Amino acid sequence: MYYALRHLDELESEAIFIMRETAAQFQKPVLLFSGGKDSIVMVHVALKAFWPAKIPFALMHVDTGHNFQETLDFRDQLVEKHGLELIIASVQQSIDEGKAVDEKGPYASRNTIQSITLLDGIEKHGFDAAFGGGRRDEEKARAKERFFSHRDEFGQWDPKNQRPELWNLFNGKKNIGEHFRIFPLSNWTEMDVWQYIAKEHIDIPNLYYSHKRKVFNRKGVWYAENEFMTRLDGEELVEKIVRFRTIGDMTCTGAVLSEASTLSEIVQEVASARITERGTRADDKRSEAAMEERKKQGYF
Amino acid sequence: MNYLDMDLLRFTTAGSVDDGKSTLIGRLLYDSKSIFEDQLEAVEASSKKRGDEYTNLALLTDGLSAEREQGITIDVAYRYFSTPKRKFIIADTPGHIQYTRNMVTGASTANLAIILVDARNGVAEQTKRHSFIANLLGIKHIALCVNKMDLVEYKKEVFEKIVDDYRAFSSKLDVPDIHYIPISALFGDNVVNKSEKMDWYQGATLMHTLENVQISSDHNHVDSRFPVQYVLRPQSLEHPDYRGYAGRIAGGIFKPGDEVMVLPSGLTSKISSIDQAGEQVSEAFAPMSVSINLEDDLDISRGDMLVKPDNQPHVGQDIDLMICWLNPKKLALNGKYGLRHTSREARCVIKEVKYKVDINTLHRNEESLEIGMNDIGRIKIRTTVPLCYDRYSRNRITGSVILVDEFTHETVGAGMIL
Repeated sequence: MYYALRHLDELESEAIFIMRETAAQFQKPVLLFSGGKDSIVMVHVALKAFWPAKIPFALMHVDTGHNFQETLDFRDQLVEKHGLELIIASVQQSIDEGKAVDEKGPYASRNTIQSITLLDGIEKHGFDAAFGGGRRDEEKARAKERFFSHRDEFGQWDPKNQRPELWNLFNGKKNIGEHFRIFPLSNWTEMDVWQYIAKEHIDIPNLYYSHKRKVFNRKGVWYAENEFMTRLDGEELVEKIVRFRTIGDMTCTGAVLSEASTLSEIVQEVASARITERGTRADDKRSEAAMEERKKQGYF
Repeated sequence: MNYLDMDLLRFTTAGSVDDGKSTLIGRLLYDSKSIFEDQLEAVEASSKKRGDEYTNLALLTDGLSAEREQGITIDVAYRYFSTPKRKFIIADTPGHIQYTRNMVTGASTANLAIILVDARNGVAEQTKRHSFIANLLGIKHIALCVNKMDLVEYKKEVFEKIVDDYRAFSSKLDVPDIHYIPISALFGDNVVNKSEKMDWYQGATLMHTLENVQISSDHNHVDSRFPVQYVLRPQSLEHPDYRGYAGRIAGGIFKPGDEVMVLPSGLTSKISSIDQAGEQVSEAFAPMSVSINLEDDLDISRGDMLVKPDNQPHVGQDIDLMICWLNPKKLALNGKYGLRHTSREARCVIKEVKYKVDINTLHRNEESLEIGMNDIGRIKIRTTVPLCYDRYSRNRITGSVILVDEFTHETVGAGMIL
């Protein structure tokens, strides 16, 4: 017997450890579920971490109202299948209540204002820890994240003053009104996530597989036809064979032209990709520090 | 590529900007095709904006806007790349600010440390400082990279002199596996590809070394230790009596049928089964996350530890530590702190500061006993409850503690049990 773990087993073991540690250290954790592959992997890991008991926390979906219908259908099926508790925090409701204001113009997105709904939901339900599927390889501000990431009473992240994180000793101590964001997949890369999905045969929305779709091109990014974006002159609808590498709002998620229709083809495609997955995300392109700025305000 | 057969190596990089650390990391990422076009474009644009003459690969690892503005690295950044053999996690620690705190953090989870030496300067004070920290944190593999060989005409004698000097120094350390590699990060010599300019060097490249270092014995597979992290009691129709002790193996090997002792109570039982997410396994070893079921119903909760009766850890409340201080507020003699050790939470009082280590000379200073930010010293603590521990040099998981400020809740100290 060779006493060593393969890399996916070690990453899974680490993520399970983080989830159990969170369940033990906090009163009321919640798993932030977006319907994307990372949050689907988190649910899969959580089911393993607490088997045969139920997952001891609910899922919360911050619903911008700009989702792909496929994402919502998938979410509801997943919740049903595993008997999970789902909380929906609605951005539209935050707007209706006057807490948030929609952006205007052809580039409008609800990406930034969803932080308001997210923090509202955390406060309303009294959550003291929220699992996020963020990974350090995704984006340069995320590379500085801790597994246990402290948020002050305003939900703000202070990246220059983070707690050192050593060995596998995680410090979840905080004052009342503060909370933690927990990132069990910190050390996973996009490739690890796909390999793990393939290895564990995890169901994911069909959006991730190659399919025919009406799209239009804006500044080099292929957007799916949708009711939330007004097409500008010259942005003609065309039918293409596409898939999505990440899934966010329809207003900021770009498709990639791809024929990859199986997990092994996707793994191959990711292995040879020359741009990062967030390269298709308009929300990160707003400025060099777009992610850092949003994270400081309480974003995922 | 068979990704199901890759393992994972965590390493940390030590050296200041002047040693070419960023260039080396950039080179590893670039030559292993781990830099994407949009990242490179972003870095090229930032370099231009800053007025750099060349594409500054250091910007790849600078994540925060303050870091980019000031051209410094503030915090540990984690980078990832893989080859068909291994996946790598780099804990990239900044060279200037709060050096010790960051290197200790990065090294605490690393298997290997890359220590960079400038070929023109040889073994310097900071080389010794980095090596001391790597050794203190229990790193078993060091790759001593003599960089900038291009600036000393790739001379064998320069390299050999540095190797001799480092050997003499490192005989005082407890690092069993040291690799010496002459490189030029700038031109890529012996980083990923073998150098044509140093045919006198018969050893492996850095990448080859990283891919082949034997790390399976870095975990302790001798002393069986299982800190109970969480108790699984579904009380469902399907599993009415299931009571599983969930946790991550911290050492040794556990098998169904093994007799185990629960600490600190001393009660014994036998393992009836070990589950890994619904599947029974025939043995479990570090760092697997599993759930252990016992034959008897015992009172066991988070913070307890399962061990083998014939191989027990120390159990006690008076503990000697090497402490690295992480906070601007100095360590308070007779002060009380929160403490975390495996899955156990306790409080402790600082009974004594024995000495402080001068990390430049590595001498013990028994005169000035103030331990401030980035200082390392030997202290004695007393804990409110008994801890079940091993020496850090024996087991990094059961031998480490963190101290937590009871008012700010910040992590203020990292302790290694002696």
